[in-house]
Amino acid sequence: MFMLDHIWIILLLPILGAAINGLFGKRFPKAAVNSVAVGSVALTFIAVCELVREFWSLPAGAIPWIRSYYTWMAAGEMTEHPFRIDFALQVDQLTVIMLLTVSLVGLLIHIYSTGYMEHEGGYYRFFAYMNLFMFFMLTLVTGANLAVLFVGWEGVGLCSYLLIGFWFRKKSAADAGKKAFITTRLGDLAFMVGILLAFWTFGSLTYSNMFAQASRMQPDTMAHAGVLTAIAVLLFVGAIGKSAQLPLYVWLPDAMEGPTPVSALIHAATMVTAGVYMVARMNPVFSRAPIAMYLVAVVGCITALFAATIALTQNDIKKVLAYSTISQLGYMFLGCGVGAYAAGIFHLMTHAFFKGLLFLTAGSVIHALGGEQDMTKMGGLRKKIPVTYWTMLIATLAIAGIPGFAGFFSKDEILGAAKSGPHASLWLWAVGVFAAGLTSFYMFRLIFLTFCGKPRFDEHHTHVHESPRKMTIPLMILAFLSIFGGWVAAPKLVGGIDYFDRFLQPVFTAYAPTQVVSEASGAPGVSAGVQLLLAIVGIPVILAVIGLLVAWWFYIKNPNAPKKLARQLHGAYVLLWNKYFVDEIYLVLFIRPLLWISRNVLWKVVDAGAIDGVVNGTATAARESGGIARELQSGNTRSYAAWVVVGAVGFTMLLLAFLGLAVR
Amino acid sequence: MHAQASYLLTVVTFLPLFSVAALLVLRSDDHVWIRRIAFAASVGEFAVSLLLLRGFDSTDASYQFQEFYNWIGPSIHYHMGIDGISLFLVLLTTFLTPLAILCSWKSIQHNVKGFFISLLVIETAMIGVFVSLDLFLFFVFWEITLVPMYFLIGIWGHERRIYAAVKFILYTMFGSILMLVAILWLYHLTGTFDLPVIENILANSAPLSPTVELVLFGAFFLAFAIKVPLFPLHTWLPDAHTDAPTAGSVILAGVMLKLGTYGMLRFCLPLFPAAAHKLAPMIGVLAIIGIVYGALVATVQHDLKRLVAYTSVSHLGFVVLGIFAFNAVAMQGAIYQMLNHGVSTGALFIVVGMLYDRRHTHEISEFGGLATPMPVLMALFIFIALSSLALPPLNGFIGEFLILIGTFATHHAWASWAASGAVLSAIYLLWAYQRVALGEVTVEKNRALPDASGRERFILGTLAVVILFMGIASPYFTRPMEPAADALLQQMNNQLQRPQNAMRRGVPVKIGPHAVVLPAALAERQARP
Repeated sequence: MFMLDHIWIILLLPILGAAINGLFGKRFPKAAVNSVAVGSVALTFIAVCELVREFWSLPAGAIPWIRSYYTWMAAGEMTEHPFRIDFALQVDQLTVIMLLTVSLVGLLIHIYSTGYMEHEGGYYRFFAYMNLFMFFMLTLVTGANLAVLFVGWEGVGLCSYLLIGFWFRKKSAADAGKKAFITTRLGDLAFMVGILLAFWTFGSLTYSNMFAQASRMQPDTMAHAGVLTAIAVLLFVGAIGKSAQLPLYVWLPDAMEGPTPVSALIHAATMVTAGVYMVARMNPVFSRAPIAMYLVAVVGCITALFAATIALTQNDIKKVLAYSTISQLGYMFLGCGVGAYAAGIFHLMTHAFFKGLLFLTAGSVIHALGGEQDMTKMGGLRKKIPVTYWTMLIATLAIAGIPGFAGFFSKDEILGAAKSGPHASLWLWAVGVFAAGLTSFYMFRLIFLTFCGKPRFDEHHTHVHESPRKMTIPLMILAFLSIFGGWVAAPKLVGGIDYFDRFLQPVFTAYAPTQVVSEASGAPGVSAGVQLLLAIVGIPVILAVIGLLVAWWFYIKNPNAPKKLARQLHGAYVLLWNKYFVDEIYLVLFIRPLLWISRNVLWKVVDAGAIDGVVNGTATAARESGGIARELQSGNTRSYAAWVVVGAVGFTMLLLAFLGLAVR
Repeated sequence: MHAQASYLLTVVTFLPLFSVAALLVLRSDDHVWIRRIAFAASVGEFAVSLLLLRGFDSTDASYQFQEFYNWIGPSIHYHMGIDGISLFLVLLTTFLTPLAILCSWKSIQHNVKGFFISLLVIETAMIGVFVSLDLFLFFVFWEITLVPMYFLIGIWGHERRIYAAVKFILYTMFGSILMLVAILWLYHLTGTFDLPVIENILANSAPLSPTVELVLFGAFFLAFAIKVPLFPLHTWLPDAHTDAPTAGSVILAGVMLKLGTYGMLRFCLPLFPAAAHKLAPMIGVLAIIGIVYGALVATVQHDLKRLVAYTSVSHLGFVVLGIFAFNAVAMQGAIYQMLNHGVSTGALFIVVGMLYDRRHTHEISEFGGLATPMPVLMALFIFIALSSLALPPLNGFIGEFLILIGTFATHHAWASWAASGAVLSAIYLLWAYQRVALGEVTVEKNRALPDASGRERFILGTLAVVILFMGIASPYFTRPMEPAADALLQQMNNQLQRPQNAMRRGVPVKIGPHAVVLPAALAERQARP
C-alpha cells in the first residue's frame, strides 16, 4: 500500500528531474542530463506500475481511492459557504489507464529524444521542459478535483508553449508557441466559468462530491437540466481549445514548429487528449446533459471529417500528421458524445501508441534526410531505413483501421456506438465512416510518397542513414503496442467480453443516470466464425481498404494523376491546400479589429484624447483662473476691503448651509 | 482589545525614519555606505516586521497590537492597530523596500543620499497609512507618501519626469482634498477622528442620512479610486510609471496603489455600507471595464514600462471587483490579489528596470532576441510574466480564482467578463515577451549585453520563490485574513438590515453568497445547521 498512500511520489519524480536539469543542467555533461531526465521518467513509470499492482488488490468499495495531502486554497471558511480546495489525488480505473499510457509513452519518447536531440543546443533546457510536462500531465490525470486538474491543464499548456518555441530564435516557432497558448486560453476562459458554475451548483469541486450531487439532481426539471447543460458545454469549450477541435484547432498544425518528439508526446499522445479525459471524467454531468452530449458528438464528428479533408493535400509530413491528430481526436469526442466513454478512452490509448509512433517515425525520416519535411522531396526510402519503414507501416495500418491492428478495435467500437449506442445517430456514423476512408487514403499517401517510388531528393548530397538504436528501440516497442494494444477488446468480436470496456465500466456506471445494460454484442445464435467475419468485414474496413487502393492508384500506379485531379478540381484543391483559409478569416475578423480598436480608439482617443484632455484642460483652466485671481491682488486698499466683505458674507452663508444640512 | 501595551507598530512604522537620521550623518558623496546602510536598515525593518506575524492571533477579527495615546487636543489620537487586512500589506511594504533599494544599487548615481532617504521616508509613510486607526493620523501619513514620491519621479525620473510628477501630484491631491473635507465633516458629525469610535457612532447612535452618506462615501471613494487607479481615473499612472525610476515604480505599483484599495476596505465599506451597497453595481462595472480596457490598451503599447503600467489598471480592476462583490471569498481574494500584484508587478518593473540599466530605453523595438545574450534574466522574466497572467500554481492564479469564485456567487456576468482578463493578459504578456526575448537579436549592440548579475539574480530569485510559495501555500496567508474580512462583511450586513435601512429599501438586503442556481445540492447544504 506504499504507493497508494504516497501517490504524490509519481508527481515528485519528474518535477525533481525538471528542477535539477533546469537549474544546474547547463553545467552538466549530456550523459548526466540524460540520466536525470530519462531516469526520473523511468522511475515514474516503475512507480506507476507499482501503484497499479497495489490498485489491483483494492476492494471495489475502496475505489475511487482518494488521498488528500494539504489544503491548497481556503477562503470564507467560517461562512455558510466555505471555499476549500485540497491538493488531493485520486486513483481509479480511468486514472490507471491514463497513468500507464502517459508514463509509458512518455518514457519511450524521452529515450528517443536522447538520440533525436543529440546535436541540438539547449539540450538540458529541452529535457527540463519535457520533465516539467510529465509532471503537469500526471497532475492532470491524478487530480481528485477540478482545481488540481486545472493546474495540470494550464501547466501542460505552458510546457507546450515552451517546447513549441524551443527554437525560439526562429520567429515562426515563437509565433506558433504564442498562438498555441493564447488559443487554448480562449477555451480556458469558458472552462474557468464552467468551474465557477460547477462550484456554485455542486458546492464542491471534488469529483466524488460533485457527482453525488449531480446524481441527486433531476435532469427532467428545466432548471436542473439547464445548469447541468451549461456546465457541460462550458467545460467542453475548454476541451475544444485544449484538444484542438473546431473552431479552435488552428494552433495545432502550427505547433509542428516544435521538435518532433514534442509533437509526438504533447501534440499527439498526451496533452491534446486531456480534453477527452476531462469529458470522460465528468461523465456523470455530461450524461445528464443530452444537449451537451450531442454537441460533443457533433463537434467531434465534423472535426474528424474536416481535418481529414485538409490532410488530403498537405505535403509537409508533420502537417499531415497534425491534421490527422485533430481528426482522430474528433473520433474520441464522437465516442464520448454518443455515450461510449470507454471507447473514447480506448481510442485515446491506442492513438497514443500509433500516433506517437507515427510522429517518431516521421522524426526518424526527417533525421535521416537531414531535416527535410516536404514529402515531395522524399521517396524511395523503404530500403534505406527499413526499421523506420516497417514500424511506420504498422502505425499506418493501425490508424487506417485495418483488422488486427490496435486502431481497428478502438475505432470500430466508436463507430459501433455511433450506430447503435445510447445516443446513436446514423448520420454521425456515416460521416465517421467516410472520414475513416479519407484517413486511410491520406495515411497511405504519406507512406507511398515517403518510402516508395524513386527518390526525389539529391542522393549525392543527402546521406540517408537509419537512426541509432536509442531511437529505433522505442519505435519497435510502440509498433508492438500498435498491433497488440487493442487486443484486450478482441474477444468481443467472437461474442466474448471486451476486457478494456469491462475494466473501465465502474467509472462510467457509478453515477450513470440510468443503469446501462451491457450490450450483447453480435447477433445471437450465429456461430463465432460468422460473427468474426461480420465484425471484420464491416463497412469501415471496406472503406479503409478502398482508401488504401485509391492512394496506391494515385501515388504508385499513376504518379501524374494527383496533379491532373488538382487541376480539374482547382477550386476545391485551392480551398483544401489553404486549409479553408480559416487562419486568414480569424485574422481579418478578430485579431486585426481588436488591435485596431485597442490602439486607435481606446488608447489614442479615450485615454490620450478624452480623459487626458479633461485632466489637462482642468489644469489649463486652473492656470488661467489663477491669472484672473492675480488681478484681484491689485494693491488697492479699497478693493481689498470690498473683497473682505464679500468673503465674510459668502463664508457665513456657507456655514449656515452646512449647519442646516447637519441639523437636518 | 489587547490589554498589554505593545510598541511594536510604532517601532515598525518609524524604524525607517530613524535610519534616515543615520543616513543624514553620512557625507553625501559616500555612496557605498549610504547604500549599505539603507539596505541594512530596510532588511532590519523587514526582520522586525516579521515579529508582527509571530504575535498575530489569526483567529481574532479585532485590531491587534493597538496603541492609543492622546496627541493633539482631546479628539486627535495616536491610535494604531492592525488586523488581518492590514497585516500582510505592512509585510509587503517591508519586503519590497529592501528589494527596491537593491535594484537601485547601480542605477542611481546622482544625489544618492536624497534618493535613499526618500525611499525610507515613503516606507514609514506607507506603513503609517496601513496601521493608522485615527482619521487624522491616517490623513497625515497619506499625504506624506506623496512628497517623497513626487521627488522620486521629478528628480530621478526619465525624460518627461516633471510632467509626470506634476500630473501625479495634482491627480492625487484632488482626491486628497475631497477626502480631507469628508474627514472634517465626519469629525463635525461625531466629534472624534477615531475610526472604531466613528464606526460605532454611525452604526448605532447617529446614523447618517442617505444623502450625506452618499456624499461622504463619494468623497472617500474618489480619493481611493484615483489611487488604485480605477477606470477612468487612471491616466496619471502610465505617465508616472514610465518616467519614474525603477525603485519608484516598484514602490508605486507594489504598495502605493494598494493604499487605494485598502482605503476602500477600511473606510468606504464599514463607514458607509448603504452607500457602498447602492453604488456597488456601478463600481463593479467600472472595475470590469478597467480589467478589459487596461488589458487591451496594454496590448498595443510599444513602451515596455507603459505596458506593465497598464497591466496594473487591469489587475487592480480585479481587486476592486473582489471588494465590491461583498462576499467573503471574493474579499479574501481581493486582499490576496493586492499582495500578489505587489510581488509580481513589482518584479516585472524590476526586470524592465534591469533592461533600462543596460540600454537606457523602454522601447520594445529596441530589444528582440534577448534570450540569446541573457538567458537567465529572460527565464526569470517569463516566470514572473506567468505569475502575472495567473498561471496555476503561481500566486496570481489564487487571487484571481478566489475573486472569481466569490464574485460569481452574486454576479454571474461580472465574473464571466472578468475572467476574460486571463485571456487578454496572456496576449499582452506573451506578445511582449516574444518581442523582447525571442527571435534573432535584432539590434547589434544587444548582442553583447551582460546576463543577470549576482545581485540581480538575488532580487528576482527571491521574488520568484515568493511567487511560487504564495501559489502553493495560500492558506498560510488567507487564513489570518478571514476573521477581519468576515467581520467587515458581517458588520455591513448588520447595518443594512437595521430597520431604518431596511425600510428605506423596502426589502432586507442580504449580502454574501446566495444560492445562485437553486439546485437541490445547495438548498440542502443551506438547510444543514
